[in-house]
Amino acid sequence: MKTLSRFKNAFRKLALSATALVALGLSPALAEEINALVWCDHSSPEFLKPFEDASGIKVNVKEFEGTGAGLALLDQSQPGDWDVMVIDSIDVRRGVEKGLFEPLPEDKLPLGDLYPQVVLDAFTKLDGKRYGITEKFGYNTIGFNKDKVDGNDMQTLQSLVSDKYKGRIAIYDYYLPVMGMAALAAGKKTADLTEADLPAIKDVLLKMKANAKLVGEVTASQTALATGEVDILVGGGEWVTAGLAKENPALDFSIPKEGGILWSQSLAMLAASQKKDAALKFIQYVLSSEGQARLATSPCYWGMPSNQKAALTDEQKKVLRFDEQPGFLARAQLYPAPDEKLDKQMQDVWTQMLQAQ
Amino acid sequence: MTQSANASGGAVPWVAVGPALLWTLAFFAAPFIAMALVSVTVKGGGFSLANYQQFFTDPSYYRALFNSLEVTALVTVISILLAYPFAWILAEQIPERWQRLALILAILPFWTSYVVRSYSWLLVLAEKGVVNNTLVQLGLISEPIQLANTRFATVTGFVHFFVMLLTLTIFANLKQLSPSYRKAAADLGAGPVRTFLHIILPLTLPGIMVGAFLTFVLATGDYITPQILGGNNELLMPQLIMLQIGRRGDFPLASALSILLMLVVTVAYLACARWLKIERA
Repeated sequence: MKTLSRFKNAFRKLALSATALVALGLSPALAEEINALVWCDHSSPEFLKPFEDASGIKVNVKEFEGTGAGLALLDQSQPGDWDVMVIDSIDVRRGVEKGLFEPLPEDKLPLGDLYPQVVLDAFTKLDGKRYGITEKFGYNTIGFNKDKVDGNDMQTLQSLVSDKYKGRIAIYDYYLPVMGMAALAAGKKTADLTEADLPAIKDVLLKMKANAKLVGEVTASQTALATGEVDILVGGGEWVTAGLAKENPALDFSIPKEGGILWSQSLAMLAASQKKDAALKFIQYVLSSEGQARLATSPCYWGMPSNQKAALTDEQKKVLRFDEQPGFLARAQLYPAPDEKLDKQMQDVWTQMLQAQ
Repeated sequence: MTQSANASGGAVPWVAVGPALLWTLAFFAAPFIAMALVSVTVKGGGFSLANYQQFFTDPSYYRALFNSLEVTALVTVISILLAYPFAWILAEQIPERWQRLALILAILPFWTSYVVRSYSWLLVLAEKGVVNNTLVQLGLISEPIQLANTRFATVTGFVHFFVMLLTLTIFANLKQLSPSYRKAAADLGAGPVRTFLHIILPLTLPGIMVGAFLTFVLATGDYITPQILGGNNELLMPQLIMLQIGRRGDFPLASALSILLMLVVTVAYLACARWLKIERA
């Protein structure tokens, strides 16, 4: 009998605890939640909490890397699981073609405040409807330690293939922007790349590889530059150097005379979202001057806010070289946006470069 | 009565095996079949053997398999050579009461995050890292040499991990050996070296092979260590597989490469099978 009584008491306590948990779950503070597929710069509490406090909407984030991985996550999820997604601006149409994205109301977004060069309608709009809005951008160009290399040399991409910097270079491990840079070095325009351009691009890539100590993803290449393992990062830019400026003010980037590659990330709303109003509020926050400043200076990586009215401090603007943007944007070329066949061929060339000894 | 016993006797093994069988079907067989089917499609749809054709005709693809096999073979051999004496000392030279503590110390590296451990090695092997600094200060080299972001770094990171694994499997095998074997060998006039080569080593082969097989399987499929320590100066199979998924989401090609990797592991299993039996003499 005692055992039965003990069991009843335990059950009662369990039931009370469960009720308390349910009550907590229904409390006003957690009334609404949205789920966002994001890159690492959207995950910090410094970025999310001000929005959650002001709106009462909790943002659950899941990080991913690479459009392929992000789209696979959506494929594996139930419709409605996700409300917002961060995506390479050039890939917005991939999501639209899969029927994943909801048109965004342009009149409720600060499009007029964005740098016109990064709005990228060619990639973010389809049939007159906007499916993505650029939230952050920057350049894949030359990141370097100005105490170790000649700044004049960093004004041309030809330095990356010269013997002078042999063994002092790291290459950012992402084929599109770095192959774009190789294309610029070979005198080609990134917007017009075709299969016929690949041999020349491969030739430049192999020369870069011969000079390189490593080909690394974000953390590895950042670490290599920060620790002095290498002096130059091919594909680097403000996204590598700005976040490290306080610890290592010698880190800098240049847009060489041949140009740099403009990278840009967009926000999209999922068509299957059941919380479109909340999702739109989040997008509006990210595009607001406060949200833009926080996103631009994320602990994960810095980048230029797409909104020119971002509430950055003078110091932050200096680190991001805010005032030089008109000149940079004029010289920057588009991120390569190959079709399926060329994309595959470009990745195969990249694989050959990685395997080259 | 006999019929009833037979009936229940026939059912019991199925009841016992059922959960494991279901588990294997749900979490191995079904995903494997799905992956095999996806591997004979192409991105965008349609059945084709193009993914396998690409692997066997593109040198940068099949080179990844050779790289994986070379690195794994190096790691396995070096780990065995380091782990055997370590396990021997643990089992034979350390008093019983200290063995548990010694084993805990031996497996301490397992307690740290795999990623953190790999990045730590990157810093240790860097040009301004402990190893290069020491070599320069000892006058063995005049300039720092490139140790990080090389195959050497990948092998070092792997060996650090797998020596511990092999130590455990060999240690367990050594502890199972009856002291009578050595006494009998000594009675018959065999010295310590001969006893080791002709008695102890053959009897501990199962422990070595179990550890070697686990090392082979885990190292061949590992993405983190070569990615962090190898500096992408060469691609191994897991890196090649991940490359297909990252931006392009080419799951058919990634599946084909994974199937080929599984075939290699299966061949390795068949080669080691005679030593991987559970029972002991």
